[in-house]
Amino acid sequence: MDVGKGNGNGKKPRKQYSDRARAERRLGWMLAGPAFLVMLAVTLYPILQAVYDSLFQFRLTAPEERAFIGVENYAVILTDPVWWIALRTTVFITVVTVVVELVLGFALALVMHKALKSVRGPLRTAILVPYGIITVVSAFAWFYAFDINSGYVNNWFSWVPGIDENLNWFAQGGTALFVIMASEIWKTTPFISLLLLAGLAQVPDELTEAAKVDGATWWEQMRKVVIPNMKAAIMVAVLFRALDAFRIFDNVFIMTNGAYGTEVLSLLAYRQSISRLEIGLGSAVSVLLFVCVLLICFVAIKLFKVDLAGSQGGK
Amino acid sequence: MPTSRRTRNAVKNRPRAVVLAGLVIGTMAMSGCGPAEADNSLTWYINPDAGGQAAIAQRCSDESEGRYRIETSLLPNDAASQREQLARRLAAGDTSLDIMSLDPPFVPELAEPGFLAPVPDDVAEATTENVVEGAIAGATWKDELVTVPFWANTQILWYRKSVAEAAGLDMSGPVTWEQVMEAARSQDKTLGVQGQQGESMTVWVNALIESAGGSILVDPEATAQTIELGLDTDAGVAAAEVISTIGEDGLGGPGLPTADENASLIGFQGDSGSFMVNWPFVWPATVAAVEAGTLDQAVLDDIAWGIYPRMAEDEEAAPPLGGINLGVGAKSDNPELAFEAIECIVSVENQAEYFVTNGNPPANTEAYEDPRIEESFPMSETIRDSLRAAAPRPQTPFYNEVSTGIQQTWAPPAGVDPETTPETSSDFIISVLRGEQLL
Repeated sequence: MDVGKGNGNGKKPRKQYSDRARAERRLGWMLAGPAFLVMLAVTLYPILQAVYDSLFQFRLTAPEERAFIGVENYAVILTDPVWWIALRTTVFITVVTVVVELVLGFALALVMHKALKSVRGPLRTAILVPYGIITVVSAFAWFYAFDINSGYVNNWFSWVPGIDENLNWFAQGGTALFVIMASEIWKTTPFISLLLLAGLAQVPDELTEAAKVDGATWWEQMRKVVIPNMKAAIMVAVLFRALDAFRIFDNVFIMTNGAYGTEVLSLLAYRQSISRLEIGLGSAVSVLLFVCVLLICFVAIKLFKVDLAGSQGGK
Repeated sequence: MPTSRRTRNAVKNRPRAVVLAGLVIGTMAMSGCGPAEADNSLTWYINPDAGGQAAIAQRCSDESEGRYRIETSLLPNDAASQREQLARRLAAGDTSLDIMSLDPPFVPELAEPGFLAPVPDDVAEATTENVVEGAIAGATWKDELVTVPFWANTQILWYRKSVAEAAGLDMSGPVTWEQVMEAARSQDKTLGVQGQQGESMTVWVNALIESAGGSILVDPEATAQTIELGLDTDAGVAAAEVISTIGEDGLGGPGLPTADENASLIGFQGDSGSFMVNWPFVWPATVAAVEAGTLDQAVLDDIAWGIYPRMAEDEEAAPPLGGINLGVGAKSDNPELAFEAIECIVSVENQAEYFVTNGNPPANTEAYEDPRIEESFPMSETIRDSLRAAAPRPQTPFYNEVSTGIQQTWAPPAGVDPETTPETSSDFIISVLRGEQLL
């Protein structure tokens, strides 16, 4: 009997569970239930609260002037060039860092994959070191390295055209964004390379051997055998990093605090909610930021056409 | 299904586990994680310093003979973050805010919604005697003293004697910005000003506008909807001219767009140093650098000081005013004790001691009579004169918006245009305050 089809009256047949299956399901709920409730409390509740707050004009230091204004906060944000400029900067940082990290990360993954057994351990550790450093610490390290007063970069690289002792990296948007993105790439490329390494390890050797026998070049092996077979790993790497990069905050906050064209969306939300104490407007920015994140997830999953649940037998 | 040995042991040990958990919770409660201890304990939220406030807290606790005990709690480093934390705690009705070290510009924002306990008349009278006018103005909101002035800060003009001499500038009297710029230009040196997009930019713009006879706010008590700014005025244009000239002519050096007070000091101590406007911390920092061997004694010997530069020869300068006031949270459990403690904290002796040990100038002019001050700070007379002439930053509940709006439109200095910046800045701040634009 085909269980997946309907029973003729449009309703799905009710699945019959044995006593044992029912007990297992009950146990499953009892075990996962508390974690599920905690997840609801720490994620869903703040999101709903933010959506609710975003409908008010509410300043923390003027509690008596709180007033319901509907979607007015959203109208203010979406008609303000400040939002669109910050969005553009954020998307630019996300795209550039993810693309560069993907290429670098893949190269590192290949190196780690092919490395001799004797050096594999130390090599992986060495590559992972930047990822182990706290983002704020790495942001300060990069800031002090490039700072016009305390930095050594201008001195060391004065032979590079365009760099001299008077170059103030954080005084213009272009150079400041370069440092911000470079520090981001330096710190998180190891993460991508590790995910890609896991993907590489899953590609069966027989496939590449067969391609070799058929006379495929290295590039053809990569393009037609290796990369298609690690699509799920690439998608996870791209998705995770894109979400991370889109929510970038620490680097910008430490290095420029959003000055001179480096404002990103998280900083904009911070400025409204924390600095200005405008809970309503800040919540609206946060909700819009959340919608952008959802959009990225949706687009990434659609674009890669990878069914992550399929591998677990969920469907 | 047979029960495993581990499960059996767990069941057997259950009463022991309950006793252990009880002990842990009991210990936590007793160690301070539980309810508050004695009723006479006061918490003083302090801004970071060299330990001076903690020492005063200890001294006043000892002198109170058990009436109260002050414990200090450290706030974040910069003034903006201190304001954020205090505002959030006050809005949430935190009862632990017995005493707070507050930056004056943020006082109206906390006083307006009633977050601060009213200062009793006798305390107000006792703590404002001989206190400089600017510090009292910064502690007042709607003609009422809402905080108590503790120490007052001001910027003075620091200069290298060799440069002033080579430029032929007579430093025996007040000088103008024009003269200072010309002297630095003629000697191919850099000026120490703070051009970064930060609070220091508001400090500079405010001082220039006040010195030119204007004011950033027309009526500080106006609401967000009715507020009027004095940026787009002759005084605002004059201020923009100074900032724009320094930026465009490269007089602040390549580091100007990101220079804060510390960066200015480093530049001033270097070979290109000439003139600098900055707070008195410059002196102990330079003395310490010489003692540590990182700076030549010759640099220290070459440094002199004077009153903040004027905008016009015949008009007295209005130097920047800073400092710290002390406020009491409206929900404090012990407001009477807190004010009693504040009277002790701001005593003339404590203010003098705090200046000598931590480099923060007294708000009370009487404290300057202490002979130790002259010894440690040879420029103390100039500081006192500067404090008398200093003008506070705009006192308004919307200070954060006004200040951030100025920072975003007046930095970098080279981008300031006297013809457009004052107007653009004014329009931007007003539309932010009316809720029509993001900041």
